[in-house]
Amino acid sequence: MNFELTEEQLMIQQAARDYAQRELIQDVLERDANATFPAKHVKALAELGFMGMMVDPKYNGGGMDTISYVLAMEELSKIDASMSVIVSVNNSLVCYGLDKYGDEFQKENFLKPLASGEKIGAFLLSEPEAGSDATSQRTIAEDKGDHYLVNGTKNWITNANSASTYILIAQTDPAKKHKGITAFVLDKNSPGISLGPHEDKMGMRSSDTHSVMFTDVKVPKENRIGEEGFGFTFAMKILEGGRIGIAAQALGLASGALERAVAYAKERKAFGTAIANHQAIAFKLSDMAVKVENARNLCLKAAWLKDKGEAFGVASAMAKQYAADIAMEVTTEAVQIHGGYGYVKEYHVERLMREAKLTQIYEGTSEIQKIVISRSLLR
Amino acid sequence: MKILVLIGNVPDTTTKIKFNADQTGIDTAGVQWIINPWDEFALTRAMELKEAYAGAISSVVVANVGSSQTEPTLRKALAVGADKAIRIDAEAKDAFFVATQLAQIAGEYELILAGIEASDYNGSAVGGMLAELLDRSSVSAVTGLDLKDDKLLVTREIDGGNQHLLCTTPLLAIVQKGIAKEVRIPAMRGIMMARTKPLEVIAPVESSYATSIQKLELPPTKAACKMVAEDNVKELVRLLKEEAKVL
Amino acid sequence: MSILIYTENWDGKFKKVSFELASYAAALAEQTGKQAIAVSLGEVENSELEKLGQYGIGKIVTAQDKRFATLDNKAITKAIAAAAKQVQAEVIILSHDNLGKAIAPRLAIRCNAGLVTAVTGLPESLNPFIVHKNVFTGKAIAHIKIEKEVKVLTLAYNSFGLNEKHSSVEITSFDPDLTDSDFSMEVLDTTKVTGKVLLNEADIVVSGGRGMKSADNWYLIEELAEELGAATACSRPVSDEGWRPHDEHVGQTGKIISPNLYFAFGISGAIQHLGGVSSSKVIVAVNKDPEAPIFEAADYGITGDALKVLPELIQAVKDTKNQ
Repeated sequence: MNFELTEEQLMIQQAARDYAQRELIQDVLERDANATFPAKHVKALAELGFMGMMVDPKYNGGGMDTISYVLAMEELSKIDASMSVIVSVNNSLVCYGLDKYGDEFQKENFLKPLASGEKIGAFLLSEPEAGSDATSQRTIAEDKGDHYLVNGTKNWITNANSASTYILIAQTDPAKKHKGITAFVLDKNSPGISLGPHEDKMGMRSSDTHSVMFTDVKVPKENRIGEEGFGFTFAMKILEGGRIGIAAQALGLASGALERAVAYAKERKAFGTAIANHQAIAFKLSDMAVKVENARNLCLKAAWLKDKGEAFGVASAMAKQYAADIAMEVTTEAVQIHGGYGYVKEYHVERLMREAKLTQIYEGTSEIQKIVISRSLLR
Repeated sequence: MKILVLIGNVPDTTTKIKFNADQTGIDTAGVQWIINPWDEFALTRAMELKEAYAGAISSVVVANVGSSQTEPTLRKALAVGADKAIRIDAEAKDAFFVATQLAQIAGEYELILAGIEASDYNGSAVGGMLAELLDRSSVSAVTGLDLKDDKLLVTREIDGGNQHLLCTTPLLAIVQKGIAKEVRIPAMRGIMMARTKPLEVIAPVESSYATSIQKLELPPTKAACKMVAEDNVKELVRLLKEEAKVL
Repeated sequence: MSILIYTENWDGKFKKVSFELASYAAALAEQTGKQAIAVSLGEVENSELEKLGQYGIGKIVTAQDKRFATLDNKAITKAIAAAAKQVQAEVIILSHDNLGKAIAPRLAIRCNAGLVTAVTGLPESLNPFIVHKNVFTGKAIAHIKIEKEVKVLTLAYNSFGLNEKHSSVEITSFDPDLTDSDFSMEVLDTTKVTGKVLLNEADIVVSGGRGMKSADNWYLIEELAEELGAATACSRPVSDEGWRPHDEHVGQTGKIISPNLYFAFGISGAIQHLGGVSSSKVIVAVNKDPEAPIFEAADYGITGDALKVLPELIQAVKDTKNQ
């Protein structure tokens, strides 16, 4: 056992922290209010290497480990989860998928600009009728000899408009059900792709979410990732890793709320003393701290397993379910500690609470995580 | 031209200061260490110059006097872009001691940059001492530094104005805020490259201390703030005049 | 043996800091039973030099050489060291301003002396020689012992004040023994700030933070400063935003000031900011957040919008003046 971070991991954590506390904080309230995409921050974080942290340096990546990624995600999410979900989708869904399963052509043409952050990507799995149940894909990719012809609709797509590259999961052989699902990488500009309206979300408002419609979209054969029928396994493997990113995001929301609550409790006075000196508040802070620490340990454990090349699917499900659930609890308590101030936007904690809710829903709801965890117990 | 940047290792500026048992230093438990902010300005300007004049500036080296605990600070400087780091392995107790240590390695650098102050003991001393030990010119309170042919164009703040100077090398420039654009956050690529950059550890030379800290104490606590109502600004003026006697 | 101060002149005139230095040296001379001597470099008329006598300086050594106007650090160091040797100075004191900060460390090496910068008062004891200074940007006070025979100090602004003590002055010139090669810098141009109170030297400073909302509202800060004969300053976010120039930033990485009166309008009082202003004699804070940490450091406070309070304060100051 060794709980020490390396000098390099600490440096990455500090770099993410510095960027978040110096830059993201500046316009986070404004972007939340107006639902504007953080284009300049994406560019700056790309220059720092945060958009393709774990990709092999030969494909423009940062070559860092998953532990560093968790540390960075936590720091960014303390301030701005809208920004961190963009980072998470690009790193752990899009880049990871191409880095691990893409061929040389796909890595050269698609992964390189994604890992450098010059372009960003989106991951198209959810459908209007298939959210948590990914087995029933209605989007069809029909084999037309030298290409596939794609028709269907994808829902809740993070980065749908700002991305240049899509990873698409579609049905190539409906008769084979989930064994007939295939993965593709394609340009967002391909003819026949259209976007639904910008979703007006409760939180994560500065990331852009749309539905994406495919009408006779031609996808070249060389854009298929792996063989036909590999798509479901592909998606599940990617989501295992993606869960670590969202777990770390939830962790950051919780630890960010805790930091704000501690600072506020020391500053704010009631009945002649700082509210932190009232046990009702001090004990709340204590409970929050234990939850945050547990969530952090689960996240780091899952990342550590992944870095060692061991199975991490259950560990990442535990991390995501627990971190998301406590993020909701801890942010809610942080609002409570702030009292009336907590309910106004200037003090940030109400936003963290709105954002925490999504971590219990996307990339596998808390309930789906419990299915994964319980199945592993009952196998 | 080779540039040397002097790097101090100081507690993060938000650190709450607690003293050690005999009250001659601070309790370093839980303290997060950073590059002294003014030294970071110097380093940032050195990197900007190297990028702007790749041909004229061959290397940027950072140096520090301290124990191995200061290495993360040096490694960060390498990640930000310095080519090499030198650590003189001794505890940095006093400016005179630090300057005499640095003097053994600094002579070969045509341009030496130091921060105008350190956020720990606020000495403002090492840079000037080093210049005198090396018997070279120094300019202080520098807010602008650029290359002009084989000379240096320097802007410095003087008491009550600003001055542009043309200086020859060798030079030691003591810099302050305004010298560089925003300080840099190390990028992943830089962090990776820092792995293979040299961090040389050098033994200290025989030296002595010129000063020693006898005691540290907290500043006296202020009396509670006297509040005046927002619609009674006249009362504030009266208090400043009659009670505080500062108007 | 003597106490020597270096009195800087600007275009032949001394500023308040030199008289504060003289007052300090006179007090130290009395404490030690030694003579307080000033060294003046560059062209200063005798009538100006004699003003130092009003603050207890009995002797002045001067080198009337106009080359000193380039403020060459190496040359000035050599000259002061020569004067120090001539008068057998035991303690050499400079102002903790840009020039003093630049010269003192060089001088300490040249005179084989121990240096303490930004000293805040007379020595706590003479043998051993122990002085006090603020460290960790005002978060602590250090008692520092100088181990060397000769001591070089810089005196923090406004930490001692002026003390009139008339003394007759003996003015002699000395030869700093400098050649042209000692002056290696070429001054291209000098811009002097005129008609404006300098931040470092101001008795009153009016400062604004983010709560001022925009650069367009700064006329209020300037108007109050003008009414009070004060300098203007700002917090770090304000200079980072470019609302005000960097040289107005007070705080941990900007300027550290100690005026008699500091006004903070719309400044929350982050620990880094307080470090730069905490040695002000009186702090007045105006902030709409009653919990803002600035009120912990302030002597007088108003909970309210700086933009509303400022016009009323300007009027109130005008009214008192007219009384």
